Amino acid sequence: MEPRLLTPDLEDPESRPFWEGCARGELLVQTCDGCGARRMPPRPMCPACRSLASTWQPTSGRGRVWSYVVPHPPLLPAYNEFAPYNVIVVALEEDPAIRFVGNLVEAADGRIDAIDPATIRIGEAVEVVFAAVEDATLPRWVRRG
Amino acid sequence: MLASLQDRTAIVGIGQTRFGKGLGDSELSLACQAVAAAIDDAGLKPADVDGLAMFSMENGREVDLARNVGLGDITHFGEIGYGGGAGCAAVGHAAMAVATGQCEVAVAWRARKRADKASRPWAQARARVPGSWQWSRPAGLLRPVDEIAMLTRRYMHEYGATRDHLANVALAFRKHANRNPDAMMRDKPLTREAYMAARWISEPLCLYDNCLETDGALAVVITSAERARDLPHPPAYIHAFAQGLPQQHQPMINFFCDDPLRGPAWACARRLWERSEFTPQDIDVAQIYDAFSPLIPLSLEGYGFCERGEGAAFTEGGALEWPHGRLPTNTAGGGMSEAYVHGFNLITEGVRQIRGTSVCQVADAASCLVTSGEGVPTSALLLRG
Repeated sequence: MEPRLLTPDLEDPESRPFWEGCARGELLVQTCDGCGARRMPPRPMCPACRSLASTWQPTSGRGRVWSYVVPHPPLLPAYNEFAPYNVIVVALEEDPAIRFVGNLVEAADGRIDAIDPATIRIGEAVEVVFAAVEDATLPRWVRRG
Repeated sequence: MLASLQDRTAIVGIGQTRFGKGLGDSELSLACQAVAAAIDDAGLKPADVDGLAMFSMENGREVDLARNVGLGDITHFGEIGYGGGAGCAAVGHAAMAVATGQCEVAVAWRARKRADKASRPWAQARARVPGSWQWSRPAGLLRPVDEIAMLTRRYMHEYGATRDHLANVALAFRKHANRNPDAMMRDKPLTREAYMAARWISEPLCLYDNCLETDGALAVVITSAERARDLPHPPAYIHAFAQGLPQQHQPMINFFCDDPLRGPAWACARRLWERSEFTPQDIDVAQIYDAFSPLIPLSLEGYGFCERGEGAAFTEGGALEWPHGRLPTNTAGGGMSEAYVHGFNLITEGVRQIRGTSVCQVADAASCLVTSGEGVPTSALLLRG
């Protein structure tokens, strides 16, 4: 079997709207209908007000690098091909407690090992792009500015 | 008036197998050997055992253990989740069961065959990632080391911690292991130069920031303080016990809360010290969960040995090293240099310090902190002589 990159479970009812949004080119965050609080990862109940009602709201798609790592082998075979590559955590500009794990790339179809990791800085400004990976669409990040 | 667990129970027996890679024994066999050794060490008979507490991740079950070792009728049994966070909790739950009369002699244990590469949990990932991992693994954040490296990079950024600080941790534990005949790294000294030249695993963490991969098992026997006084070894009294699952915590990928660097240790420590006569300044020796070196500065802060952000600086000047450091830590080598059995060897080493039989014995040690996994819902014990 050919090694493949990992993809999310696209049938998970809690997260499906997020991944469907990515496929349309939108970065959505689950937002409470009761109190307006955003939450990530998604879950059925709002921990602030216990409302079960929520809506997936668009975001700016802009953020800042909160942290990053550079994994080296041994990794899963599909990832060994890229290693060393970067993984970044991005804090959403309008709500820095909302964070996403992704990769810093040069363009939506760029490789996750293309950026020199020595140039990555915590706090640098990024914006979302959407990359087709296997049968899923994953949010990745490019530098802005 | 709340009933207190304080000093009402004690660890009276410890047992272990040899530690290594590629041991021929099954995990269940290793578990049975360690439990049998702990019961012998306590001067008790298998039929005396009527309580069991175990990790959810344990492959052998209570019934298997009881039928092999010849235990008595078991009247208390239960299991604790969250991997490496479970060790002190298994002991603590056993102690609560003894203190409330649900059983009289309880055993807690951990057996693992981790040295087999196929046994590494992260290597079992399914191509379609379910649950919370779908938010991290598709991006290539695959292994525990990658997840902790992400927190480490942020910690270094916020507080000025450096690789030299992480090396202080690795070198201290290796020095201790070099004195320990049971340690996997007994004959392998480590220098700062070798640390700095080591290959990366997940930058900013290198090979020597990681725990070992070990086959082995350990067990402890817990009974009441009254019964403990009639048994062969000096009791290691369970002075205090706590667990910690902080608000909005996400195990291992704790990036989604307001303050990711305030880990489970903080919640656990608050209750632990509240239920204790000690303060951090009273602690003679510590066994701190070390799946990765940065967990030491994070835990030193969480358990109150220093202020927030000062954990890295705390390691300077040999502070963690036996015999002269201000807090000799992981005195048998810990998970990074003795063996990685989900931190259970930290508990047995805590008992040896209280008994006075450690290979790096702290003079007149009367109090020892033992912690379980940081980065997951966790637990801790305060042992006293």
